[in-house]
Amino acid sequence: MNLKKMAILTKAEAKKIIDKVLSYAKADETSVSLTGGRRGNIRYARNAVSTSGESTNLSLAVTAVFGKKSGTATINEFDDAALEKTVRRAEEIARLAPENSEYMPMLGPQTYLPIDPFSRNTENITPDYRAQAAFDSLDPCRKQNLTAAGYMEDSTGFTAIGNSKELFAYNRETSVEFSVTVRTADGMGSGYATRDVTDTSKLNTREATEIAMQKAQASVGARAIEPGKYTVILEPAALVANTDASLLLAMMGSMDARNAEEGRSFLSKKGGGTRLGEKLMDERVTIYSDPTNPEIPTSPFGGGGGGRFGGGGADGRPQEKITWIEKGVIKNMYYSRYWADKKGVKATPPPANFIMEGGTQSLADMIKSTEKGILVTRFWYIRPVDPQTLLYTGLTRDGTFYIENGQIKFPVKNFRFNESPIIMLNNLEAMGKPVRIGGNLVPPLKIRDFTFTSLSDAV
Amino acid sequence: MNRRDFNQLISMGAAGIMMPALPAFSRTVTPEALLEPGLDVSMKKRLADAALNAAKSKGATYADVRIGRYLNQFILTRENKVQAIINSESYGVGVRVIANGCWGFASVGDARDESVVAKAAETAVTIAKANSRLLTEPVQLAPQKGFGEVSWKAPIKRNAFEVPVKEKVDLLLSANSAAMQNGANFVNNVLFQINEQKYFASTDGTYADQDIHRIGPSFTVTAVDPGNGRFATRNSLSSPMGMGYDYLQVNPKDKSTGITTRYNKGYDMLEDITSAAKQAKEKLSAKSVEGGKYDLVLDPSHLWLTIHESVGHPLELDRVLGYEANYAGTSFVTLDKLQSKNFAYGSKEVNIVADKTQVDSLGAVGWDDEGVKTKKWDLVRDGILVNYQAIRDQVHIIGEKESQGCCYADNWSSVQFQRMANVSLEAGKTPLSVQNMIKDVKKGIYIIGDGSFSIDQQRYNFQFGGQLFYEIKDGQIAGMLKDVAYQANTKEFWNSCVAVCDQSDYRLGGAFNDGKGQPGQSSAVSHGSATARFNGVNVINTARKI
Repeated sequence: MNLKKMAILTKAEAKKIIDKVLSYAKADETSVSLTGGRRGNIRYARNAVSTSGESTNLSLAVTAVFGKKSGTATINEFDDAALEKTVRRAEEIARLAPENSEYMPMLGPQTYLPIDPFSRNTENITPDYRAQAAFDSLDPCRKQNLTAAGYMEDSTGFTAIGNSKELFAYNRETSVEFSVTVRTADGMGSGYATRDVTDTSKLNTREATEIAMQKAQASVGARAIEPGKYTVILEPAALVANTDASLLLAMMGSMDARNAEEGRSFLSKKGGGTRLGEKLMDERVTIYSDPTNPEIPTSPFGGGGGGRFGGGGADGRPQEKITWIEKGVIKNMYYSRYWADKKGVKATPPPANFIMEGGTQSLADMIKSTEKGILVTRFWYIRPVDPQTLLYTGLTRDGTFYIENGQIKFPVKNFRFNESPIIMLNNLEAMGKPVRIGGNLVPPLKIRDFTFTSLSDAV
Repeated sequence: MNRRDFNQLISMGAAGIMMPALPAFSRTVTPEALLEPGLDVSMKKRLADAALNAAKSKGATYADVRIGRYLNQFILTRENKVQAIINSESYGVGVRVIANGCWGFASVGDARDESVVAKAAETAVTIAKANSRLLTEPVQLAPQKGFGEVSWKAPIKRNAFEVPVKEKVDLLLSANSAAMQNGANFVNNVLFQINEQKYFASTDGTYADQDIHRIGPSFTVTAVDPGNGRFATRNSLSSPMGMGYDYLQVNPKDKSTGITTRYNKGYDMLEDITSAAKQAKEKLSAKSVEGGKYDLVLDPSHLWLTIHESVGHPLELDRVLGYEANYAGTSFVTLDKLQSKNFAYGSKEVNIVADKTQVDSLGAVGWDDEGVKTKKWDLVRDGILVNYQAIRDQVHIIGEKESQGCCYADNWSSVQFQRMANVSLEAGKTPLSVQNMIKDVKKGIYIIGDGSFSIDQQRYNFQFGGQLFYEIKDGQIAGMLKDVAYQANTKEFWNSCVAVCDQSDYRLGGAFNDGKGQPGQSSAVSHGSATARFNGVNVINTARKI
């Protein structure tokens, strides 16, 4: 018995089950979602493995709809009797449900982009492979009397959706996320690096760890400089985070049309309406989504759990290439199907990835061309302060350095910032070459007048 | 808040409402299914023994198994609409082992068969052995006696899952209607109900069957001024609680009256949402704060979050030791500070306790997730640091002989680790009302409700917002303020505490979804306090133009 094989079905296996379920359906509309997969991880701290595990699961959800009343039932068993029982149960729940006045009829067949964000190498990861990846990160740290804490998580899974209007979609997907924090033995220096890939053969935990090691050693003896407005170079990990809120994700996550039109968004306009079509930031800012980009492939439909920005996939809407901000102008917002119908516009779903266009400069080039500034490795504990202006607060962490005359001069103590990504993208000085971060492509940015409001003693 | 929560928040369009994530691998079920009994305890014992035996036969020197059934009902509404009613169940088994001195963990969903559970145990041993080549020090587990077959049940008065959905929907929609009638432009109102049915067994000989309930009503009222394009929100002053539907029972003795009413163990949603609608509108034209030093009077509905971030987290021993260095961070409260026995965490007014037994709290349970009987212990006494929070594989580092019983996993699919106990500020010993506390303040701000929160990875520098801010001038409340946040250093802040109101003002606040660990896990925890005063805290103005 192999727990992984039990949980990951092929397209044909998934289609067979979904068709079987639909053959039992008696409701006005019925949809089926089948998901399964394996997640594995290894975590280490204090230069040794702390926890490591695997989890597998396979489950099927059936949604039945009568008029505007819907019900969902789920099951983990797949014999005919169990499948039929689940359909009946969903129908029973639907009959008892309150009417949803915003319910939209299910979509018929859709055309999806041909994307396969799947890697056999990632699927074949074993506990020994994870131990080796951790060793490659721990080994150089142990040799230099540095302390590593890191985490690698791999996931391999699939989602299939189908409905009584003949929509069917299947996607299998793999991903690996890795991050490491290296600290000096005396706790006075700390450095960080993170990577995420679809194909694990592209991940080199030793290479990433060496960057974190350099930052840890270079950040010892941080000096306190006055908080205030500074030119900053923000590395991609300071703009997008895998595990926490971040400035660019916060902005991309706030582009819902309904909130804007209801007057409770940074895109709401004084006097009513939205700021669609207005230039809100520097003309070099262009952000678009492309699910087919080979560096950041995504599900063609967002999947059962939805895209990175909150679904739009569960209903089967195709992901597509779309521009959100072009030359600083807001070009598109995303819609629920209900709101799009009400407004008579296309129901653009929230994206599954985004690409911010950048330049050709390396981070080193950007430092070289900086007269005075601060290099920020990453931000931490970013939280909204004012949703009206997208004002966020948070702190620098794991490698903050003072730059003078094109050179890193010395490490500085961490700062708290209070800043809005909209103000930040107006104060753009330069952009570097985009890199993959959290499934997106994001360049390092040089920003003037970035607002630091206090100092922190944290290392 | 992890990214999944964040996504959910956006997808629901519930501006400002903190959504707890559904447990991993949840499936949706009928409301009636939430009342089904789940596996019989003798069946759970059979599955547990299958896992423990398989682990031992493959070479594990210790093993524990958690058979978990996690039931949730989330009701989401906005204005006059029910957006969604989500009933979900997540069932599965997680097995943790020590083999070759290393931890290993594996879990499997919907396991009702002894062979599947045994397979998960074998996988856990394989993982432990694969990692043992990286071992520096074998796991040192504090000894724990077995308790045999035991059980614990949260002392709820009314099981929320037994309350008809219609009754709950009617309450939320009538509250929404009250908000709209009182000037709100929008209202998002949600009710979360959670039941964790956990069965724990270990090779130490404990078989603990536990039944845990939580409830969390929460709303955001929004007022919009289209003329100037501004909007303001006011969130509910409710708290998630380790209670049943009895939390929504209105009871005058659970109300603290004043400039606005705050609640203890009985929450009056209609009253609070009516005030919220009026206050959201009032916020639109409130005076923008002038930055500078103020004396802060902090209500328990606000102070719980400051306690959570600046006391609860830094006193977690795994953080102090570096186990969370790559994610949540480490701590400024290094071991030498405890050993010195004279580290002044706060002023003499500051007494802080950890408590896994506090009735109606989110963290209350009979046994923790590694079979340790729960208890209450001091963290800060008369301002001096006296202890941390620690579990079995770390407690020897602080010279303790047994774990403090604060190990927790948020799901059968997650591995258990150290999580925060309920950490609370004790009420003052001398009689002091909020009114008398405010009377002595010359230049201050009275803050009610939690808002924006952020703190660094070693827990020195923090910034907090709130829901309601009132200017205090010469002992009197002078009117509402907006754009307020305070920034401080943890030690300076707690040493600036000059007074804590008495027990009659003591109330619980808390969080459903405290995030920690990789992969991220969510834990629910309460924090009690009475209103407290902090002198000379730095306040900033957060207004911006874009």
